Amino acid sequence: MRVSAKAEEILEALWIVTEEQGAVAADFAALGIEANDQGLAELLGVAYVEVLGERVRLRPEGRDEARMTVRRHRLAERLMMDILDIQGPPGDDRACEFEHLLHHGVDTKICTLLNHPTTCPHGKPIPSGSCCEQARANGEVGVVALTELKPGDPGEIAYLAAGDVRKMQKLMSMGVLPGTSVKLLRTYPSYIFKVGQSEFAVDEELAREIFVRKEVE
Amino acid sequence: MTPLHKEFGGEKKIVLVGCPNVGKSVVFNSLTGAYTTVSNYPGTSVEVSRGHCQIAGEQYQVLDTPGMYSLLPITEEERVGRRILFEEDPHVVIHVVDARNLERMLPMTIQLIEAGLPVLLLVNIIDEAERIGMRIDIALLDEKLGIPVVGAAIGRKRGLRELRQAIADYRPRRATFSYAADLERDIQRVTGLMHGKYRLECRSLALMLMQRDEEVQKMVLAGEGERAAGIAEMVNIVVFERRVDLHLRISLERKRICKGLLDGVVSLREGGRPAFAERLSALTMNPWTGVPLLLLVLYFGLYKFVGGFGAGTVVDLLEGTIFEEHLNPWAIAWFEQHVPWYWLRELVVGEYGLFTLGVRYAVAIILPIVGTFFIAFAMIEDSGYFPRLAMLVDRVFKRIGLNGRAVIPMVLGFGCDTMATVVTRTLETVRERILATLLLTLAIPCSAQMGVILGLLSGVPGALAVWIASLTGIFLLVGLLAARVMPGERPMFYMEIPPMRLPQPRNVLVKTLTRMQWYFLEIFPLFMIASVLLWAGKLSGALGWLVDVMQPVMHLLGLPKETAAAFIIGFFRRDFGAAGLYDLQTNGLLSPVQLTVAAVTLTLFVPCVAQFLVMKKERGWKVSLIIFVVVTALAFSVGFGLNRLLLVTGIL
Repeated sequence: MRVSAKAEEILEALWIVTEEQGAVAADFAALGIEANDQGLAELLGVAYVEVLGERVRLRPEGRDEARMTVRRHRLAERLMMDILDIQGPPGDDRACEFEHLLHHGVDTKICTLLNHPTTCPHGKPIPSGSCCEQARANGEVGVVALTELKPGDPGEIAYLAAGDVRKMQKLMSMGVLPGTSVKLLRTYPSYIFKVGQSEFAVDEELAREIFVRKEVE
Repeated sequence: MTPLHKEFGGEKKIVLVGCPNVGKSVVFNSLTGAYTTVSNYPGTSVEVSRGHCQIAGEQYQVLDTPGMYSLLPITEEERVGRRILFEEDPHVVIHVVDARNLERMLPMTIQLIEAGLPVLLLVNIIDEAERIGMRIDIALLDEKLGIPVVGAAIGRKRGLRELRQAIADYRPRRATFSYAADLERDIQRVTGLMHGKYRLECRSLALMLMQRDEEVQKMVLAGEGERAAGIAEMVNIVVFERRVDLHLRISLERKRICKGLLDGVVSLREGGRPAFAERLSALTMNPWTGVPLLLLVLYFGLYKFVGGFGAGTVVDLLEGTIFEEHLNPWAIAWFEQHVPWYWLRELVVGEYGLFTLGVRYAVAIILPIVGTFFIAFAMIEDSGYFPRLAMLVDRVFKRIGLNGRAVIPMVLGFGCDTMATVVTRTLETVRERILATLLLTLAIPCSAQMGVILGLLSGVPGALAVWIASLTGIFLLVGLLAARVMPGERPMFYMEIPPMRLPQPRNVLVKTLTRMQWYFLEIFPLFMIASVLLWAGKLSGALGWLVDVMQPVMHLLGLPKETAAAFIIGFFRRDFGAAGLYDLQTNGLLSPVQLTVAAVTLTLFVPCVAQFLVMKKERGWKVSLIIFVVVTALAFSVGFGLNRLLLVTGIL
């Protein structure tokens, strides 16, 4: 069942208030709506929510849709900030528009592209989708930046993302090439990793541009 | 090269190339018997060293190049190294690699062979590789690569005979390595248009063109004339078609080739010990243990050894006992008796005499201090500590527009700012070089100056702390501001961390002596010139006049007018000036506040003439003059401010 963008906003706010903040129901004011709101009427029509006086309650029938709405929103935020590099309020605004386009499996593709992230850029949890469950069941390991590894973690270099050609060349000439095994040794004050028998120190900016496939534990 | 050699077609040339820290300089020294600075620090050889050797009755010229990771240069020193390959006509190019990292370094061998150079592969440091359980089948590698390969540990004299034999027997062999078909096709598209004559293979040039190498672009433009436009067009087409992953693709192809070459050549036995060196290495890189370790190194290496032993014990013996009690009185007495002319007596044994001032300062005060510093520096350098320090301070240095790499010129600056200014060349961007030069010039006291100042201030409680705090504050503040003002990209930091090694006494000794020799040759004439100038100034009254001119400035800083002489001398050498303060202090002319202000101002003040000349050579007139003016202005304003602050707060 596909609801309108307006209704999705309500579901999203409702999920946050009830599921994440533990309230039983949410006021009209907290949702930013009036009693005669169109989106609300739509949700009442499909029996996703019920109204108790001035308060709206999420019904079990609507839980799944609400959960996925929140998921799409936070995935959209990750996409904006991590991949498209649109930061701050503009990123938030774009994400709000973009989330409504993530239907029909687009969310799954984005989620896989982002390697099944578990939190949004603001640190809130992203509800897992079926793609995440499947990846976990198959023990798939995604590709992460070197900065995401813990000291002592081994990995295999997947690709280099350096925008600057000079940086790429430098990394490559040091032997940092896709397919090479690396082991992260330290993360502070600089990143130290071992390639073959040599150790290298790089700063965070360079480390962020080395993407590794984590080895299955 | 002598004209005679030219007549006979010149000596055959041997060029050493390879990554930093694989032992090129050790190979150079072993071949030639000469000495270039060897250390356990990537990028020690900034300039190309040339030497000679004789193998099997034939005379060769040996060229040692700065370290380079690949044929596509990124830093200036890599460019210098590559230019040698482009311009010289070598009999053999020895590619020196670290056995433990053979797989990583072999791609450059491929590049060199591909360029059509007469390559000989020297698999060096093979002893350390064996110690970690690596076995390398040199004969098989030789066969597979199609060029002579020698396994060696030149530092331990192992394989040197084989290397010399291989050089004597060298005959160029041709070997080609093919890339994937699609890449080959693109290379062909470019080389097909190239008809000029080049020292290097077109194939190799085409690859470098595709990777947008400007120098090669110019070379091809010159070599092709009218055809150049067509080639550039084709290169653009290829580059656009491969815009997603050209560099990566080439590197990966080379890696694939190397993997195939090393198959069956290298075997690794697992197990090995996590040695003490590795644990120590980890401790130096952890900020919680690394910073205390740094302080220990500074305390024992710098304060105790250089400050205490060098500037204390040795200077007392040389200056206090030998010169003051024996040589000087004897020389003065001899001149009084035998030389009737006042001006000549003054020139040699007077207040600013060549002997009594010039020789005494140079030999008895400066040399022991600089010498002990160089010993400490060489030991720390050879242990491999500096790259670890670089990584430790990288975050702080980023704030002042530099990166961890700059730690080497900075630390070296504590030995000799002139030498350190030369070494700033190893920094990657012009911006970093200028910032580093500015900070060296301003806030890093050289060992000679520091030795004198440490001795000077140690008698006054708190003065040393104020001096250190002022310099550190100025260093960070000016660094922060300069980094803001100077436009340019943020520097990136990457560095190979070599294994920690126990310094070898012979290497430390030879290195110290070489540096001391360089230092002595560089400064001794300046001490003499300074003495003569000061003598002339004194006799002609110019010095008195200059002192009078400087007097208002000194007055502003709250200093007695006698300090003006120290500042003027300080222009010739900073340490010289500091030593001048030392004389004022022993005569009881300075109060604690005055002493501190004078020491801080003098440390910040205009660098010595030698450093200025090197700065001019490295950075050009414009930049050096700006630095000169900025540093002078800062030195005096800080001195002025500090004097006020100390008087108001009554700290000292």
